[in-house]
This record gives sequence, C-alpha cells and structure tokens, in this order.
Amino acid sequence: MRTRLLATELSKKKADLSQWDTRNRKSMKIHEYQAKELMRAAGVATPDGIVVSTPEEAFAAFTKLGAPLQVVKAQVHAGGRGKGIAVGPEDDRKNALEVASGRRERGPGMAKGVQLVKTAEEARAAAASLLGKTLVTYQTGEVGSKINKVLVTVGHDIVKELYLGLAIDRGLQCPVLMATTEGGVDIETVAHETPEKIHREAIDIGVGLADFQGRKVAKALGLQGKTAARGAALVKALVKLAIETDASLIEINPLIVTETGEVMALDGKMNFDDNALYRHPDIAAMVDVDEEDAAELRAGKSGLSYVNLDGDIACLVNGAGLAMSTMDLIKYHGGEPANFLDVGGGANKDQVLEGFRILLAEPRVKAVLVNIFGGIMKCDIIALAILAAYDEIDFRVPLVVRLEGTNVEKGMELLSQSGRPIIVAKGLTDAAQKVVAAASGH
Amino acid sequence: MSILVNKATRLICQGITGKAGEFHSTQCKEYGTNLVGGVTPGRGGQSAVGVPVFDTCVEAVEKTGANATMIFVPPPFAADSIMEAADAGIELIITITEGIPVVDMVRAVAYLKAHRPNVRLIGPNCPGVITPGQCKIGIMPGYIHKPGRVGVVSRSGTLTYEAVWQLTSLGIGQSTCVGIGGDPVNGTSFSDVLRMFEADPDTDAIMMMGEIGGNAEEQAAELKRTGVITKPMAAFIAGQTAPPGKRMGHAGAIISGGSGAASDKIAALLEAGIIVAKSPADMGTSLQQAMRG
Repeated sequence: MRTRLLATELSKKKADLSQWDTRNRKSMKIHEYQAKELMRAAGVATPDGIVVSTPEEAFAAFTKLGAPLQVVKAQVHAGGRGKGIAVGPEDDRKNALEVASGRRERGPGMAKGVQLVKTAEEARAAAASLLGKTLVTYQTGEVGSKINKVLVTVGHDIVKELYLGLAIDRGLQCPVLMATTEGGVDIETVAHETPEKIHREAIDIGVGLADFQGRKVAKALGLQGKTAARGAALVKALVKLAIETDASLIEINPLIVTETGEVMALDGKMNFDDNALYRHPDIAAMVDVDEEDAAELRAGKSGLSYVNLDGDIACLVNGAGLAMSTMDLIKYHGGEPANFLDVGGGANKDQVLEGFRILLAEPRVKAVLVNIFGGIMKCDIIALAILAAYDEIDFRVPLVVRLEGTNVEKGMELLSQSGRPIIVAKGLTDAAQKVVAAASGH
Repeated sequence: MSILVNKATRLICQGITGKAGEFHSTQCKEYGTNLVGGVTPGRGGQSAVGVPVFDTCVEAVEKTGANATMIFVPPPFAADSIMEAADAGIELIITITEGIPVVDMVRAVAYLKAHRPNVRLIGPNCPGVITPGQCKIGIMPGYIHKPGRVGVVSRSGTLTYEAVWQLTSLGIGQSTCVGIGGDPVNGTSFSDVLRMFEADPDTDAIMMMGEIGGNAEEQAAELKRTGVITKPMAAFIAGQTAPPGKRMGHAGAIISGGSGAASDKIAALLEAGIIVAKSPADMGTSLQQAMRG
C-alpha cells in the first residue's frame, strides 16, 4: 500500500531543469499571496487582497474589500495560471492542457485559473470552481497542481503593464535587476526577439540599489513625474527585500501603473536560496508540502538528491556530475534512465537503503545500476553497505553494480561471492551494457 | 612546473578541528602536502593532525609562512573564512565547503575583487586541486592520479575522479587537476584555468568536464576557437539526457546567458576544434585522440 502510494506521488511531477542547472542548490518557492505579503511589508505596493480557502470566505472577502471589480486567483506555484484550466477527477486533462497551452479554444464550463468577478456571489462561484480542483497549466503538464487556496484581490484600471525581474548573474557575480516596458507577456520571448528592450542594472551588494540606479530604472520603464519617483522607490525596496531574504529570484509581471499614477505589483513571484533558509525561519515556514514532490522531499531528508524521469533503468550514483553522466551512459547504450539519484560524495548503508527504497517504489523500473566511484570512501565499505541494504528490501529487479576506486578488488569480491544475484560490472561501458540487457530481460 | 600548487606550497586548513577538516588534512599530509598549520577560532595553542592550531589566519601566516588554505568551515561561516584568509595575505584559497548561501559568496567575491585582487579563490563546493606527486589540497583520492603533462579541469567531483582514473589507466599522467566547483558564484572559471594551463610549460593538453546550465563551457570554447588556447583539448558535457522540463523561472533563465543545454555546449566545443567524448567511458581516449592531433 505504502509502495503504491509513493509510486503515485512519484509520477506527480515532471523533472525540473532548475535542479540540473543548480545541482543540489535548489530554490524554495512560495505562493503569490505570500510573495505579496513580503513585498507589501517591504514597501512594494500591491493591490489589497485576502487569501481564502472556502467559497464562503471568498464571498466575505469580496464584501470586505468592497471594490466593484475584483479578481479571484488560484494559488499554485506554477506559472501560466491565467490561461490554466481547473479540472476535477472526471475531467479530460489532456484537453485541459491543450487549452492551457493555447492550442485549443476554451470550451463552455471550463474554469480559468484567474477570474474577474463583479459581485460577492460571483466571487463565491469563482472560488467554488477552483478550490479542491487541480490547475493544469502549460508549466504543470497534465498532472497539474492542487488548488487549496485562492486570492481575492482588488482590480485596478491599468494604464501601463511593465516587468521587473531580479536574479543572480553568474558572469557578473552579483544580483541583476531587469526591467522592461513589455510587461504582461512572456519575458523569454522579449529577451529573444527584442533584447534591447530589457534594461539591466547590476547591483553592488554592499551598496544595494543606489538612488540614481532607481531613477535610471524608472526612466527605462518610461515613468514620469511623481510616478517615476514612486517607481524608483519601489525598485529600491524590492532590491533591499531580495538581499535581506536571500531571494534567488523575484519576478513582478506585470508591474502596473494605474490611472491615478500608482505603481503596483499586480503579480508576484519569489524563490529563495535553500542554503540560506536556516537564517529565515519565517520564510522556511511558508513551504507548501502539497507543491513539493513527495519522493524528492523524502530523498532530501536522507541527504539524497532525486529526480524522477520516464525510463525503466534506475540508477544510484555518488556525485551530481557522475550521476548525470551515468544517465547519459545508459541512454548512449540504448536504455532509458528512470531517475537521477545522487547519494553525495560518500555512500553509507542508510543512504543506499533509502535510495533503493525510493527507486524500487517506481513500478516502471526493470533494473537498477549502482555506479560508485569510491574515493575517500573505500569500495569494500560501499560493497558492505550495498549488501546490507539489498538484504533489507525485496529486490524485485536485477541489480548491476560498478565500483571503482580504493579497494575495488575487495569490494567486487565481496559482491560476487555474496551469494546474492548481484551482477558485478567492470568499467562504465560494461556496466551500461549489462544493465540495458538486464532491463530488456536478457 | 604545473599550476596553482606544487612542492613549495605551504598549506593551512581552516576548520582543521572539525571532523571533515581533520580527516582530509590527514589525507593531504599523508599524500605529501606540506601542511603547516590550522585555524579554528578559540582553539589556538592546541594542535591537530600534528600541526599547530591558531585562532586567526593572520597569526597562522605569521608563524608558519602559509601561502595556501583549504577551507572546511561550515556553510554559515565559510564566506567569512574566505575573506579572513585573503586579508591575512594568503594567495590561494581553496574552499571545499558545500552549501554556502549565494549572497554570502557574492559578498566574499566582491570583497576579494576590491581588496585583494591578486588572490586566487577556487570553489566553493569543489573537490580541490592536486599536482600529482607534489601537492594535494582537497578531498580527491590521491592514488588515482599520476604525474604527467595533461591539465584537468572540471565542475564536478566524482566525474573528475572518473576522468582522471581513465587517463591514469591509459598511462597518461596529469600536470594539475582543478575542480572549480558547481556553485553559481565561484572564484575561478573554466576560462581562468584554461589560461593558466596554456601558460604552463609543463602542460601539453587539456581535459575539461562541463555540465549543463550556465554558459562557462561556451566561453571556454570561445578561447579555443579564437586561438587564445592553442593546446589540444578534449571535453565531456554531463547531462546530455537531462530533460528540459520546467525552467528555473524566466528571469533566471535569461540572466545566466546561453541556453544551458548540452547540445549548444557540445556544438560550441566541436566548432572550436575540441574533441567531445560521446560516452563518459570515452573521456580518456578522447584526450588521447586530441593529443595525436
């Protein structure tokens, strides 16, 4: 039962490139309403709003906010919510994804992730169409994300839609603020087609955003007079917030200018450096476990880094670079990797055991390859860990082990003379050929 | 001659009294590295791994004449230790610690640029640097290396060991092996190390292991393409089969420059005349091929 549950959870999320790009340096995500709370407290104006988890609360929130036009927004971490479609257990997710990706027209009765409402009754109905459902967007894929909360927020007359983003630039080795007048659209398209429209401002971390830089950014955004001063102040506050909270990414898309000349964050996205969460317990507490991959969370608790993939050959490797290379190796020899699993520089029995449990919970897996380069951690010690872990679980598929490094002969001997049906490989190519053959039943 | 470290290197370890610091200091010393001291605030006057421990880097440098440091200090304090070492006049700072907050590294790198521009920082989150037979600073297993004339540079730990082991098994020795680390903000880039290998009369060829993400590999390829690097090169890019999936957030994807995709990196390397191993099992033989010309 436990295995089945885990398998369902495993298939929930598709792999995320950010995890490859940043290796074990992951970013914690928070919801829009949480990002806006942080922004508001830091002096970045946002529209008034109330986050709710029932339709009745949405009704009350509309009444309390009192504005004639309001917006009900599904709170999930994924982007593309505006075009996203909320689905129930009976609905056709494939079709919903087609609509959410803009490849098909939205049919009658399909609820969008962001809805305009004009009465408290409409707010209640909009919340009812979203809460408890799953939002499918072009970023989530068919699996979607469960909607547990919606944000009811005041609508504003928009004169201009702008964009602000902030991230660490690897080349310049500092935070860089990006601003463009092309708000409300996909920023990657802007970067690709009209890169000259993106203004970049490198930030000296000791200074923060200097006032003159704030004025430059406001100018680049085409703001004038009092609005320019407000924009400059907002940008400065945003940079201060980013540095103080160890934000790895901030996006405001769109940043709007209202008819009265106010500058406001209509949307808000913030990610945080996981390595710095120890000094931000308030932000760490904002984690939404429903949005995290259960198997990845579980792996993380044991110091493992895991990403679920589509293939049938599972692998357990020490080190991120070697783990990625092992996936490449399996593919090169005609197999399909089922996962990325890095057990860290060493590999002790508990880590190997937990790794095996996570790998074998995936029903697709037809063979397992262990590839360990024993450096400081000697191969005979690793072999003993593998054997101990092997004996503690029901190993339902063939296991191929390739060890290299200190005491490799001793380690291989322990494995091949253990009496268990473990296939011992010598070298990377041999290991790949053996595991591909094992997975196809040879 | 090699690069960065040799027989003349006088090493201290910051965090020498911690478990990892003590273990790896011992390993380095056994390899033959000239370990002259350690630093742990509050533990001055004691000794560890058979060398004196000091409270501060300044004192360690005064008493031992250290010119290199290996940092094993826990992540919350590691960036401060980097700045302390630079302030004390240490020229080479090798930071093994994994998990340092990015903002801390931005500060430390900015400090070095402003106050100690001649200091060479390697890492963080790296296996370290070794000149086989002379000096090992870091967590790599010493015995897989063999003195020779191939320079090795990589973003990864165990993948570097794999490549080095393949070279050694083919009878190809290494001049120096440098792990630059996988963090977004670090002290030394591929390009920095390639320039050092180009200038080193004892390095004949270069093996480089890259990864998906960022654009450091493309920059390295550009140096080769434009003739700044003339020595033969082979490379491998890990993560060719990693699925594109969701992005890390639009701003992050744009700001880092380049697509980060393995295919783009490989294309840039090939265009520059660098031999790229198709399988990670072929890293050593690709270098052999590059040397034959």
